[in-house]
Amino acid sequence: MLRYTLKRLLSLVLSLMVASLVIFAVIEIAPGDPAQFMLGVNAQPDTLAALRSELGLNASKPVRYLAWVSGMLQGDFGTSYTYRTPVAGMIADRLWVSLPLTLYALAISTLLAFPAGIYAASQRGRMGDAAMMGTTQLGVAIPNFWFAMMLVLVFAVNLRWFNAGGFPGWDKGVWAGLHALTLPAISLALPQASILARVMRSALLDVLGEDFMRTARAKGLSRRQTIWRHGLRNALIPVLTIIGLQVSFLLAGAIIIEQVFYLPGLGRLIFQSINSRDLIVVESVVMLLVFVVITVNFLVDLTYAFVDPRLRART
Amino acid sequence: MSRGLWIGSGLTALMLGLALVSLVWTPYSYEQLDIPNKLLPPSLAHPLGTDHFGRDILSMIMVGIRTSMGVAMVAVAIGLAFGIPLGLLASQRKGGWIDEIIMRTNDVIFAFPLLAMAILITAVFGPSATNAIVAFGIFNIPVFARVARGGALSLWEREFIFAARVAGKSRMRISAEHILPNILGILIVQGTIQFALGIQVEAALSFVGLGVQPPTPSLGRMLADAQTLVTIAPHIAIFPGLAIIGIVVGLNLMGDGLRDWLDPRIRVVRA
Repeated sequence: MLRYTLKRLLSLVLSLMVASLVIFAVIEIAPGDPAQFMLGVNAQPDTLAALRSELGLNASKPVRYLAWVSGMLQGDFGTSYTYRTPVAGMIADRLWVSLPLTLYALAISTLLAFPAGIYAASQRGRMGDAAMMGTTQLGVAIPNFWFAMMLVLVFAVNLRWFNAGGFPGWDKGVWAGLHALTLPAISLALPQASILARVMRSALLDVLGEDFMRTARAKGLSRRQTIWRHGLRNALIPVLTIIGLQVSFLLAGAIIIEQVFYLPGLGRLIFQSINSRDLIVVESVVMLLVFVVITVNFLVDLTYAFVDPRLRART
Repeated sequence: MSRGLWIGSGLTALMLGLALVSLVWTPYSYEQLDIPNKLLPPSLAHPLGTDHFGRDILSMIMVGIRTSMGVAMVAVAIGLAFGIPLGLLASQRKGGWIDEIIMRTNDVIFAFPLLAMAILITAVFGPSATNAIVAFGIFNIPVFARVARGGALSLWEREFIFAARVAGKSRMRISAEHILPNILGILIVQGTIQFALGIQVEAALSFVGLGVQPPTPSLGRMLADAQTLVTIAPHIAIFPGLAIIGIVVGLNLMGDGLRDWLDPRIRVVRA
């Protein structure tokens, strides 16, 4: 297990290095130099020179790359040009919206998908299965931001159970915060729940065909008991992977859903930065997203190997 | 052929048909502004109503489907054009340095969330349909490379490939003449699924302003316009959304159906 962990850790570090190089390179090839790009064509030469020295553009590329990376490793993401505040702080503030939203959606997705998948598998080939699979087929196809608009229409405009958007802030209480995040989380969770339910169903069906399941039935367990005691546990491995992958999908999805509900999360930050050409913010947020995805995949791989020792030997 | 395949192909053909018809005919011009008749609900004159500029929504959806399908199709084509040769090349010497380089590069690209890639590209080069295509195209390359490599690897162990090698054919020629035709099935299935994903990606990127730019209508752009008006005129949001769902359901059913029809054993990468 230790050897496997170290090996995966090495590839994690390598991936992060390559990813940071790619991001740095793309920002570097911005038309003209970054300072010119950020200030636009009408910039005064002295403002330009000031920004260039502020951004450290006078140093060579490798030096700047190293400065950027070592800064990030120490939690220093640079200073936003438009807001004049440290990027790390801005990201941290926004994460207080985006991260709870992601986790809330993950919880909803899992809570919906488990029963749905288990039910469909236990009804295999019957009406219940067909109905469930039809629903998930639809769920996968529905764009989450469109679903969000429909939810607003029904639950905010017509029924008035929720606000159509905005976020009161956590200092107004956990309940108020969660209430504001409920519609966004549901719309974010729906497509992912559909995918997860399908994975749950097919994983369970794979296990149900195993010899030990027949043995369990033969020794007198009911169908329900075999599913709960032996089926689920063995079906969890593929389901776990998908849940891991969903963290990154949900975080990326949150960026888009935040636009529908006017939530002050990472999404708003990144689109404002794109519009104001604040490359420092864009660079950092993109790196953060990549970091989350790569790290989550790494953790999933480890959990995997921990749950199923056969996987450790294979690599 | 299963019922799913029939329904999926039918839906896809219908949507593709609407897109193609829009090339020669739409009920109204999608550019024609008619402010006095703005935000009309569905009626006989405008079956799906009009938008905030009085443009006919049916006409816009027809053109929008064309734009969205075009974006998705080109991005899938990029993935196929680069992914297949790379996958085939990697499979020729499993575990060799070429294989390693190609697959490790793939892993890195794969680790980039699609949205992060699109954000990065548009932040630097400005938002446009082309940049959305490039972002999704790059994302597709490792997908097809993996599928092609996976399918090819097992074929290299087969006897008819040994026979071809004994006959003196080079690895390149074998890849093109014997391997490729045999993995076409899974590539088509994967292509269908990436196409469906592309429709959703276009919609999402255009919705947040990173994709297709006005005045070209696309399904995502129409939803972006509809966002502020959805409460007073729900129809301008509902119909483009239904069009997206129709295309995606159609393509997904078709992909799943094709897979089962071609070979029930093969598996595709769902990303």
